[in-house]
Amino acid sequence: MSNLIEIKNITKLYEMGEEKLYALRGIDLAIEKNEYVAIMGPSGSGKSTLMNIIGCLDTPTSGDYILNGKDVHEMDDDELAEIRNREIGFVFQTFNLLPRSNALHNVELPLVYSGLPRAERLKRAEDALINVGLSDRMTHKPNELSGGQRQRVAVARALINNPSIILADEPTGNLDTKTGEEIMGLIKELNNKGNTIIIVTHEEDIAKHANRIVKIRDGMIESDKKSS
Amino acid sequence: MNLFIEIKESIIIAYQAVTAHKMRSMLATLGIVIGITAVTLMQTAIEGINNAFEKSIASVGADVLYIQKFEWFGREDFEYYRNRKDITMQNYEFIKKYTQTADVVSPSVGSMQTLQYGNLNLENVFVIGSTDEYQSTLGINMEDGRFFSSKESEGGYPVVAIGMDVRNAFFPNTNPIGQIIKVGTYSFKIVGVVEKQGSLLGLISLDNRVIIPIEKFFKLYGTKRSLSINVKAKDINALDETREEISSIMRKTRKIPLGGKDDFGVNNQSAFRDTYEQLTSLIKIIGLLITSLSLIVGSVGIANIMFVSVKERTKEIGIRKAIGARKRTILLQFLIESSIICLLGGVIGLSIAFPISLIIDATVLPTSMPLWVVFLGLFISLVFGVLAGFFPAFNAAKMDPVDSLRYE
Repeated sequence: MSNLIEIKNITKLYEMGEEKLYALRGIDLAIEKNEYVAIMGPSGSGKSTLMNIIGCLDTPTSGDYILNGKDVHEMDDDELAEIRNREIGFVFQTFNLLPRSNALHNVELPLVYSGLPRAERLKRAEDALINVGLSDRMTHKPNELSGGQRQRVAVARALINNPSIILADEPTGNLDTKTGEEIMGLIKELNNKGNTIIIVTHEEDIAKHANRIVKIRDGMIESDKKSS
Repeated sequence: MNLFIEIKESIIIAYQAVTAHKMRSMLATLGIVIGITAVTLMQTAIEGINNAFEKSIASVGADVLYIQKFEWFGREDFEYYRNRKDITMQNYEFIKKYTQTADVVSPSVGSMQTLQYGNLNLENVFVIGSTDEYQSTLGINMEDGRFFSSKESEGGYPVVAIGMDVRNAFFPNTNPIGQIIKVGTYSFKIVGVVEKQGSLLGLISLDNRVIIPIEKFFKLYGTKRSLSINVKAKDINALDETREEISSIMRKTRKIPLGGKDDFGVNNQSAFRDTYEQLTSLIKIIGLLITSLSLIVGSVGIANIMFVSVKERTKEIGIRKAIGARKRTILLQFLIESSIICLLGGVIGLSIAFPISLIIDATVLPTSMPLWVVFLGLFISLVFGVLAGFFPAFNAAKMDPVDSLRYE
């Protein structure tokens, strides 16, 4: 059967002068549509590097990466930008919203880069914000929103272009436990609606929301377990 | 269209960035403001001087050749000029007889005289002797009355056409036509008043003169003066042919051998223009270079601010790249931002320069800021904006998304 993500023997080498450092030493990973995967590992394990490669922010030194039938590992910067725009929705630990733009504009931004006309962008952005429960916060700027609200804006932005995968990097890292649980509930809901979720975390409590936990250590997969 | 949407988005971002740092943007654009003010004022001044020059030589007539003893702006050795013969009525008659390309030809000769009307005196008035064709040769219009006729001209009648200065001195409130004035010691009847001519290069008044029939002039003041033969060409575009033709007629009448140098001058308005351009072109170039320096300094200031702006917004660039902004998009965003800052400077500069040009117009010299200077000013500021923004924008575009997302 065809996988949404197919990673074969990926390595990532960082060269700092004479010193060579392998962040990833041959990762094989296949993820199907509508899976909910948590990638875990201590800091320095290579999980961030793996996430950057899955998110097409970075390219592997060697190995193959096929995302949604597209051969991604040899694309140039602009092709990768387009893949990020259409196939991937990011949710970051620090939210990464544009501080000077209001919620609506932050959410519509991926559609600007897809080249959609303004009227359609606004309609879809409004719908997305209503979906994450922020119908009364559309014209607020990030600094006028709470942490949980900001992360909801980020989730709305991640969903706006109907991406193949939602990639969340420590999405609750900057939130208190209660708000974190709310966001995890929201993400779970997205998974129930058919979205494929990949979440990167080092917290067991967060990882247990997922249906599958991939543990990374020293640039290699340590374990890959599906929970029921 | 994608690019259009990106440009629109970039303009919005640029507007936000400029308004978020109002003071910084104003200071950054100050150099451009000064530069554009200087360049447009310089250009406006040049336009004004050119206009003034054109206006002041218009009376010379673009399509008229003046055959005279000397060239107007001769640069040859004195030896070349020393033994020249006077231009005579015989020369005039030959030209008139043989020319094919001239429309009208008239001789003229002049002398300074004192005019008298009743007990009023007017000293140092230029008295011109010519034929009735003088009027059409130089395209003179009459304010009042008429020019003298060919019959009056050939018969040497004591009639005179006066300039506006003479009219204003003698007949401020009365009709001069038919009145008798004294030119020197001889009485003349006024037949007409010549329309105001202004002055040549702002120096010599062309209205402080009177014109009488040349035959009368010779009788009163003698024939021992060199004439000017004024030739109006049929076709201004074939002025060179007329010049050739008149030259060869003159050479024939004077029996100058083949290869011998002309012993007369064929003058035209273009002689003024050539000399003027030689004198002013270097000044203009240097002036524009110096004023352009301030633009260059200004754009260095913009480039500096843009580098700061890019550095400051590393994280923003990372976010934009993560959600799908391409290199081109980021490049465009910062280029448009620097262009907008520069255009802003251009607009401010122009709105400073415009009132100054009005003040110059009202006080120093008649000038106007032509529309093309306005557009040139805006275009120049746009060009400098793109130049100043290019390297910072290029830096921003090639940032690595992972590194810039991590930047705090």
